Formats: sequence, C-alpha cells, structure tokens
Amino acid sequence: MATLEIRGLTVTVDVEDGTKEILRGVDLTVKSGETHAIMGPNGSGKSTLAYSIAGHPKYTVTGGTVTLDGEDVLAMKVDERARAGLFLAMQYPVEVPGVTVSNFLRTAKTAIDGQAPKLRHWVKDMKGAMEALRMDPTFAERNVNEGFSGGEKKRHEILQMELLKPKIAILDETDSGLDVDALRVVSEGVNRAKDSSEVGVLLITHYTRILRYIKPDFVHVFVDGKIVEEGGPELADRLEAEGYDRYLATQA
Amino acid sequence: MSLLAQKNPEAPAGSHSDSAAAFVPDQSRAERKTSYAVDDFAVPGGREEAWRFTPVDRLSALFHVAPTQTDKVTVDIQAPAEVTTSLVDPKAAGVLVPADRVAAVAWAGEAKATLVSIPAEAELAEPVRITITATDLARVNGHLVIDAGHHSKATVVLTHRGSAECAANVEIKVGDGAELTFVTVQEWDDDAHHVTQNDALIGRDARLRHIAVTLGGKVVRVSTNARYSGPGGSFEGLGVYFADAGQHQEHRLFVDHEAPHCHSNVEYKGALQGDTAHTVWVGDVLIRASAEGTDTYELNRNLVLTEGGRADSIPNLEIETGEIVGAGHASATGRFDDEQLFYLQARGIPEDVARRLVVRGFFASIVARIGVPEVSDHLMEVIDAELGAVPGIGAIEDVA
Repeated sequence: MATLEIRGLTVTVDVEDGTKEILRGVDLTVKSGETHAIMGPNGSGKSTLAYSIAGHPKYTVTGGTVTLDGEDVLAMKVDERARAGLFLAMQYPVEVPGVTVSNFLRTAKTAIDGQAPKLRHWVKDMKGAMEALRMDPTFAERNVNEGFSGGEKKRHEILQMELLKPKIAILDETDSGLDVDALRVVSEGVNRAKDSSEVGVLLITHYTRILRYIKPDFVHVFVDGKIVEEGGPELADRLEAEGYDRYLATQA
Repeated sequence: MSLLAQKNPEAPAGSHSDSAAAFVPDQSRAERKTSYAVDDFAVPGGREEAWRFTPVDRLSALFHVAPTQTDKVTVDIQAPAEVTTSLVDPKAAGVLVPADRVAAVAWAGEAKATLVSIPAEAELAEPVRITITATDLARVNGHLVIDAGHHSKATVVLTHRGSAECAANVEIKVGDGAELTFVTVQEWDDDAHHVTQNDALIGRDARLRHIAVTLGGKVVRVSTNARYSGPGGSFEGLGVYFADAGQHQEHRLFVDHEAPHCHSNVEYKGALQGDTAHTVWVGDVLIRASAEGTDTYELNRNLVLTEGGRADSIPNLEIETGEIVGAGHASATGRFDDEQLFYLQARGIPEDVARRLVVRGFFASIVARIGVPEVSDHLMEVIDAELGAVPGIGAIEDVA
C-alpha cells in the first residue's frame, strides 16, 4: 500500500524576465489501486505538476511537500524517485540515439529492482508485454524513441510502466496524438498494469476520451496552477459536455 | 563554387567569401605543397592554413630533424607467418610525399622504412599488431609501409603508447582487389606529442578501411590522405576520439578522387570532456574532372560533455565534374543532452550509468563499423574509464 501525498506545492519556472509561478498550491493524495484523472485546459500547469513530481531540473519547487509513504520525494534525485516507485509516462518521450530499447529496458529494470533480472524470465516478460501492446519484436532492437511514431512512443512508455511495475504512475497526456485504435491498445496496457498490480495512477489529460477506456475513481479539475474542483467520474462527463469555460470564466 | 575560399589564412574568421575579388582565390586542395626536403616547409607559425588550429608552440621539437632515441623506444611487430617485415629504401613504396614540415622531418630522421608485406591473395586469420612504446618524451621518427598484395585480406593495428615526441609517416598500398583494415591507435601518455601523415594508395576494386582512434597524448595530429590508382576503389575513413582537459586532438583527411567509379565515406565522432579540451576535424574531398561516378560522403559529430571544450569541424568539398553518384557532408557539434539524461534517470537509472549510456550510444554506430573487436572493445573500456565508470554498476551490454 503506497501513498503519494502532495501538499501546498508551488513551483516556478525560469522565463526570460525572471521567474513565473506555474503551480500555486496543489493538494492531492493518490493511493495504491486508485485512479485519479487530472483534467484541465492547456497551459493550466498539468504537465508541470507531472514533471515536478518526477524531478525535472527545469522546475523549481518553491513551497509545499511531496511524499511517497512519508519519504520526502523532493529531497530525492530523479533516479531515486523512480527507484522509490514513481513513474512518469511522458508526453514527449526523448530520443536516445544508439541505445536500444532492449538495452534501455534491462538497464532500467536492473536499476529499479537493484539486481539484474533473470535473463530467461526477462526476455519472456518483455516479449509478452510487447506482444500485448501490439509492438513488433524488432522494436526491441531499435534505438530508444528514435524515429518512433507518436503511437509507438506512447506504447513504449506504457511498456515501461508494465515492466518496471511502479507504485505510482503519472501518465502525462498519454492519449495525445493517438488514433482510436492506438488509444485502445495503450489504455488496455494501463488497465493490465492496474489489474496485475496495486499501482496508483495519476492520469493527466485534456480530453475525456481516454477516460472511456481507463475508468477514474476521482476527477480533479486543474486550472491556473491548482485544483479547483474535485469529484467522481461524473465530473468528467460534465466536462465533456460543458468544457472548461465555466472555470475560465470565473477567472476573468 | 569556392568553399576553398575560407582556406586563405588572411580571410577573417568565419568568412565564406565567395567573391573572388576579395583576394586571389586559393588554389585547389590538390595543389598544396609536397616535398621530401625539410627546408621546403618553413617552421609553422600557426597562421598557415594547415596549422591554424594546431598549438604549434608545443610542437617545436617536431619541426627539427633529430635521431630516434632507440634506447627509449620499442617497436613490437606480431604478425601471422605469411607476413614479412623488412627494412627498405624510404622511397621504395612511392605512396607518400611529405605534405608538411613534420612529415618531412620524420622522413629525414629515418634512413630506412619498415615494410610490412602481406602477400597477394593471402587472407590473414589474425591482425598484424604493431606496437610502438616510448618513454621519457623520447624522440621517435616513424616510417612504416604497409603493402597489401592484390586480393589479400588483412587487418593491421598500429598502436602508440607511452611518452614521446613522435613524427611519423605511414604509407599504405592496397593492391588491386585487396581488402585492408588499417587501425592507428593513439593511446599515448598525457605528455606525448605526435604528428603523423598517413597516405594510402588504393588499387583497382580495392577497399581500405582506415580507422583512427585517438584517446591519449597532449597534442595528436593525424593527417590521412587517400588516393586511388584505379577505378572501383573504396575508402572508408573512420575515427573516434575522446579529448580530456588540456588535450589537443586533430584529424585531417583528404580524399583525392581522380579515378572514376570510386567510393569514399568518412565518419569521425568525438567527445570532449574538461576545460580546454580541443578537437579539430578537417575533411577535404576533391572530385577531379576525371572522377566520374564518384560517390562520397563525410560526417563529423562531436559531443561536448562539459563546459570549456572546443570542437572545430570543417568539411570541404571540391567538385570538378557533375557526373557523380553523390557527394555530401555533414557536421554537428552538440552539448550533452540534459533531456536524455532526465529521461533515463526518470527510469531509475543512476546519473553515471545514464551518462555512460548516452556516450556509448553516441559512439555505438561507429564502434559497430570498426569491426575489429580487440579495438572496439578496448575503445569502449577506455571511454567508460574516462567517464569515471565504476565496474559492475549497471548492466549495459546487449543480449540477444
């Protein structure tokens, strides 16, 4: 049983003329087995929240706390956060030339588990997970994200989530750029991970369509750097019907 | 078209003056002076085109003739039985004429050349290994001739170790239909100075793979010149270098296409780490009017790992006929990519392992092309060590 607890998180980013506050006091708790959707308009700071939890150096935490089972996540280095059980499926996965997917996955698995996986099981697990995500076996010998289509990148992110078995997974706009078929395949991957483990999921999205495949237990509306409304799945339906205008209007 | 315009040492830095009126246009790359006589080359002051990147003040010893200090130098040659070695007249091979003062000095410093002969049609099971080791900044004048007989297949690995002031010439003659891989490894101690000219003459339908691996030395400068003696020849020039603080590593290539239907492909990749690390890559290709059907490509990539390094990269292409298959070049120098590092670390991979993965990835394609396991394995070990790797951390070998 794991708990990711975010309290009063404020984050700035350096801009040309100083710093800009992006997150303005975020409170959120994600527990094992739960699926939370964070929904909000573009530019509301959703991705900043994801990257700040993962520890991207571009973002400066100016206040608040992030803990995983009581441990101070903000004091950890990026790789320590991952080894503690946090996972970020990125919206724009990075190309790493010359590093094959198979080499990368095995290196990551070894780092997360603290020991190299047993070769026979590992190869079987990897092949199985790739097959379930309808990835061609030759994929393993391609360089990480190099020349991948948008759909391939997202499958590769979810492949990592399935193999690395995090405690808490943050999926940053995993649905963006996917056609319906790819969206279904990727969503099935997330649901497999949910079924086969206790992973808590924080799903960041602009649109509701991925929520047809991955059912959230909680929906949080994120506007201007903080959560402005919370509810159950029905809140997503309402957003689908009404959009974000209601929240934006109150700001004006 | 005059990419050569920038070769004029008087031209302002970075100027690609295409206006011939600005100054008397430089001659073709082919017209650069060659001579056996030391005095035909003035002592470089550093402003000459051929020396403008080189710290000539550190090379003063190599601009003057001096004998090899044989008591401080060992040359070890290990070769399969069918290979013969002998001392020959320096002009016997007739492939190389010195193209700068150091090459002329090296020529004058050795009365005989060492000839390594691979018989025609021989296919060597093992590489020929030549290792030059020196101590105490000993003076070394080198003159090595590799003669690969027609339709032979061989690999020759020339390794330089220790501490030396080394001026050297290497002549490589690849007979018709032969396939030769020649590797020159510069793994000197930190104080060594090494300036070498490698000239290759590639026979009809012959293939030369010339591979330069530069990992050590204070100043290392390798000039490689390739020519073809018949049609259908192929030159593959590969290079890997890793410069630390205070090191200067310079690789100059000149591929002279005169025979028709020849192929050349140059790929050099280097990493720089530490303050004042300096690398230079100059790739000149000349396609003469007679060289119809030429196919050539050059690529140089540099990865700057820390602040303070400097990588100069200058491809030059001179084309005198339109009847070619292809001609191109690419050059890029980039900083270590923090986003790559973040991506790998976000998967739990510790920073040092992530850095190694990225650097190994950068070199992966060229290391795979080297195709001589004892060279490429050792190369990656050295690079790992340069990156401060701790043995046993991180599984980064590929498995089937």
